[in-house]
Amino acid sequence: MLHLAEAPSRAGKTSDFPETYRRAYRWMLLARVAEEKIASLFRGGRITGGVFLGKGQEAISVATGLALKQGDIFAPLIRDQAGRLAFGESLHDFTLTYLGARSGPMRGRDGNVHRGRPREGLLPMISHLGAMISVVNGMLIAHRFNGKAGTVGAASLGDGATSTGAFHESLNQAAVEKLPLVLVVTNNQYAYSTPNERQFACSDLVEKAIGYGVSGHSIDGTCLEDCMNGIGEAVRQARAGHGPQLVVASNLRLAGHGEHDDAHYVSTHLKNLPLGRDCLENAQQKLLQNGWAEAPTLELWARECAVQVDEAVAYALREPAPDPATEDWCAISHRHLADGNNAAI
Amino acid sequence: MITYLEAIREAQKKALESDPRVYIYGQDIAAFGGAFKATKNLAATFPGRVIDSPISEDAMIGSAIGAALQGMRPVIEMQFADFSTVGFNQIVNQAATMFWRTGEPCPITIRLPSGGTPGSGPFHSQNLEALYAHYPGLIILTPATVEDAYSMLLEAIALNDPVIFCEHKYLYYHLKAEALPSAALPVGKARIARAGRDATVVTYSAMLHEALAAAEELAADGWEIEVIDLRSVKPLDTDTVLASVARTGRVLAVGEAWPWGGVTAEVLARIATDGFNLLDAPPMRLNSKDTPVPFHPNLWGTHRPTASTISNALRDLLRL
Repeated sequence: MLHLAEAPSRAGKTSDFPETYRRAYRWMLLARVAEEKIASLFRGGRITGGVFLGKGQEAISVATGLALKQGDIFAPLIRDQAGRLAFGESLHDFTLTYLGARSGPMRGRDGNVHRGRPREGLLPMISHLGAMISVVNGMLIAHRFNGKAGTVGAASLGDGATSTGAFHESLNQAAVEKLPLVLVVTNNQYAYSTPNERQFACSDLVEKAIGYGVSGHSIDGTCLEDCMNGIGEAVRQARAGHGPQLVVASNLRLAGHGEHDDAHYVSTHLKNLPLGRDCLENAQQKLLQNGWAEAPTLELWARECAVQVDEAVAYALREPAPDPATEDWCAISHRHLADGNNAAI
Repeated sequence: MITYLEAIREAQKKALESDPRVYIYGQDIAAFGGAFKATKNLAATFPGRVIDSPISEDAMIGSAIGAALQGMRPVIEMQFADFSTVGFNQIVNQAATMFWRTGEPCPITIRLPSGGTPGSGPFHSQNLEALYAHYPGLIILTPATVEDAYSMLLEAIALNDPVIFCEHKYLYYHLKAEALPSAALPVGKARIARAGRDATVVTYSAMLHEALAAAEELAADGWEIEVIDLRSVKPLDTDTVLASVARTGRVLAVGEAWPWGGVTAEVLARIATDGFNLLDAPPMRLNSKDTPVPFHPNLWGTHRPTASTISNALRDLLRL
C-alpha cells in the first residue's frame, strides 16, 4: 500500500521559493488529477449536471490561492480547483459537491463549482459573471468597519466577465473605496466559444486598469513562476493599502468550456503558440531543470495525488444523497416568516 | 406630528444608534441627505456609517451581501424602486439564494421608494413588490401607515433575511401621525384597518388610503366594507384574509402595481383555492392599467386605482 504523503501545508509559512514552488506544483497536480477523475465519472454517467475543468489554468489559480492567507477572502470561478485547494478547501468538498452528497457544503442544493464556505472566506459563485466581485468588496468593507486590517479579497474572472456591467460597477466601487481587492482575470482566449475579438476591442485587458484608477499587472499564465511572482506582488500591494489590483494572465483553455463541449472552435494557431502550452508540464520541466525535484519524486507525487483523489471519490460515493422527503424546503432563516403557500402546493 | 418619511428617517436613526452593525449605503445619502431626505443629518450624527455610493445598483447590493456575510446589517437606499432592476441580479440570485444554498443568513434591508406621484412618469413610479415576491428567499414589506413605516423598518433591519422594504413616495409627505408607535404588529400579520360585514377589500401600501376613502363613501349608503391592510405581501397573511372573506362572502383585491401575476392575483388565487366555498360572488380585483406609468396627472390619475374606481368596483361586487 502506498504511503499517503502529508498534504501540502498552507502558503505563507516559508520564504524558500523552491519549496513554495514545489508546494504549488503539488496543488496543481492534485487539481488536475482530481478533475480528470471527475471528468471520467462524468463520461461514465456518474455525475449529474456540468463538469468544468481548469486544465491549463492551474498555475494562475494556485498562485492566487497561495498568495492568500487565513482571514482573506477568495471568490473562485469555474476553473479554480488548484486555487481552492491552496486556499484551504478540502478535496472532500469537491467530491461531495460534484457527487451531490447531502453531507457536502451545498447539501445537494447546489452543485459542481457552485460551492463554498462563506465563513471560511470562500464564496460560492453564482453563475452570473462578475457578480462575486462586489460581494468580496462588501466583505472587505465589513473588515474595515470591524477594524480587521491587512486582509485581502481576491476574485477570479475570465476574459468574458470583463464585458459585464457587474465587472465595471464592482471594480469602480473597489477603486472609489480603495479596497484591498485583487481581481485575477484569466484571458484564456475564449469565453465559451467567443474569441477575444468578439469580446473586447482594447489591445490588452490590462489597459482597463488605468481607466479605473487601479494598478495593473500582466502575467504569463503558462508560467507558474510568473504567476506566483505577479499575483504575489499584486496581493502584497493590496495588503499594503495600495488599493485594488487588476491582474491579467494570458493562457489558452486546454479543455472545453465544460466537459459537454468539444472545443472544436479553438484555433490550431493558438494551440501552437507558447500561449498554448500546458502550465503543469512547464512547471514539471522547471522542477527538473532547476534540480528542485527529481523524476522519481514527481512520480511519487503523482501516485499520492491519485490515492488522495480515489479516497475522496470513494468517500463521497458512500455518502447519502439528499432526501426530498426530509429536505427542509424553507428558503429563509426565519421559519415563522416562510410564506404559508408552500403547504398548499 | 410626524410624517411617513420622517418615520423612515427616525427608524434608521434608531437602528444606527442601537446597533453598531448597521450602516446605510446609497446614492446622495450622506451630506446631501438623500433624494427624498430620508437620511437627512444622519451622516453628520453617525460619521462613516452613512455612505455615498457610486451609481452602481448591482455593486451596491452585492457589497451589502458581502458585508452581511461578515456580520454587518446594511441598509441600502435605492434612489427609486425603479432603479433596483439594475441591481436585480444581486437581489434575486445572490441575496435570495444565499441562505438556502449555504445556510448563512443574509441580513440586508433594501429600501425601495416606490409608487406613483403626479408627474413622475414611467421610470420613477413603479411598484415592484410582486417582482421580488416571486423569488424565494426574500421578505417583502409594504407599509401603509406612519406607524408601520417606522416599526416595520426597524424589524426589517433586525431580521436575518433579506428584506425588500417598499416605502410609498406618495405617502412620504401626505401621511402624518401624532407620534411614533411604541408597539406594533409583527411582520407577517395583516391588519383589519376598517371592520365591515358586506365585502372585504384586501390591499396594501398607498392603496389602503384609497380603499378606506371608498369604504367611507359606501358607508353613506349603508354598506359596511371591511378593509384589510396586508402590511407584508410576502409572507402573505392568508389566514386573516380568509377569515374576513368568511365573514363577508365578497372580496375585492386592490393594488397599485400592474395586474399580471401580481399581489392581487396571488390573493385571489389563494381565496379561490383555499376559500372557494366562502364566496357569495366571484372575487374581483383592481390594479393599474397594463401600460407604463404615465407622466401627465390626467393620465396618471386614471392609470391607477383611486377611491372612486374602488367604490365603483365595490358597488358592482355588492350587486353580484
